[in-house]
Amino acid sequence: METGAQDGSSGYSTMDDYESLISTTDAELLKRAWQNEKAAPQILRFEAALIQRSREQIKLMEETVGEFTRNGIDPLTVSLYQMDLDRTVFLLRSYLRTRLQKIEKYVFHIQKTAELWNRLSRQEKRFAERCIEDMEKHLDQSVLSKLPSSYKSHLKQSSSSEEDDMVPEPRLDTYVICRSKRFLGAFQLDDSAEEPVNIEADDLYALPYKSIKPLVETGQIDLV
Amino acid sequence: MASQADAHAATFSAAELEFLAEDELIEIVPNMRMDPLNLICGDFGPFRPQIATQVPVWLAVALKRRGKCTIRPPDWMSVEKLTQVLEAERDAEKFQPLPFHYVEISRLLFDHARDDIPDIYMVRSLIEDIKDVRFHKIGTGLEIISRERTYALRLKNLSAMEANIVRPFVTRALQTFYKLSSPDMIQDSDSVSNRQPQTANRGPRRQLKDR
Repeated sequence: METGAQDGSSGYSTMDDYESLISTTDAELLKRAWQNEKAAPQILRFEAALIQRSREQIKLMEETVGEFTRNGIDPLTVSLYQMDLDRTVFLLRSYLRTRLQKIEKYVFHIQKTAELWNRLSRQEKRFAERCIEDMEKHLDQSVLSKLPSSYKSHLKQSSSSEEDDMVPEPRLDTYVICRSKRFLGAFQLDDSAEEPVNIEADDLYALPYKSIKPLVETGQIDLV
Repeated sequence: MASQADAHAATFSAAELEFLAEDELIEIVPNMRMDPLNLICGDFGPFRPQIATQVPVWLAVALKRRGKCTIRPPDWMSVEKLTQVLEAERDAEKFQPLPFHYVEISRLLFDHARDDIPDIYMVRSLIEDIKDVRFHKIGTGLEIISRERTYALRLKNLSAMEANIVRPFVTRALQTFYKLSSPDMIQDSDSVSNRQPQTANRGPRRQLKDR
């Protein structure tokens, strides 16, 4: 994790980006992180700093609401604060839930891929490890131990497989609907000799996730 | 190979789309006095009787339901503007610019602020018609992409809900094209036909479909 970055996203260099960075509230950032995570086929980097701040804000707000109730502040105000709190909590929980779902689904793949493993938070890593343990045990006890010895692996179909072909992987060539914050000009979709696509700011595009993966990870393109 | 169940069908539920739309700002006219609200999602208020102020839709609806304000429908929701949009929508092939969450916001206002919308029946019917014309365009657009190979789609001016509905079909269709046009596939077809030299026939190609 970079120590200098304010909220977990990689540093921007132009003044433009800096301005848009400081004018985006945490609530906005959490919403975008949630949207991106929901729409991306692969697990994205854990926004540790943002989540930490959001947790603190939620805790603070819960205390505030408690105080209001004790001090007899009018119930309308209290209920409005509570609503805002509920909304934020929902975003946070849904963000974490979506990630857990992806982890559960692709846990073996994530474990083997350092880049992906590093995107997990500490607690998510523990969750993943327990998940793996349980899955291995379950697969072994229910099926694998009863198969002939060259088929006992939960990672490979048989010992003659060259790769771990029993490990489900997310499909990175899935198409996603996305929007770029800025004009990106001629954008090369991939290595095959196709003409580049002209990407305007704020228009929706359906593109293969693979082609825009780095832009999503640096926050220049949002998934919708 | 362990197969991939597609969990992305309609990525966001209608409720989640509404949730996102509820953060849009809208103007209200409170009929009471209230101190500023310092919420996690922003600061709003102070609220003074008859003084218009901007708040997120969820807050506006909450206040409206308790009889604490009236909601001023956004400019685009007038009979005049909507009629213009509908006509333009019918005449042009492209999509007219509309607020990203026009479906969700109009729905929320119809449900909770009927008395604040002048000519509500007209407004409602115009929006329904606009939605229909746009969906029809989406349908014809989809037909076009099935006819020609498409690698990327530009969905200019599509709204959130329309994009969400179209997502499962569009993503799966484009993905299948992508798969079918990959070099491996073409090689396979070569070997099936007795290894005769064959130029890879990739069919008519359209890089980008602008809709």
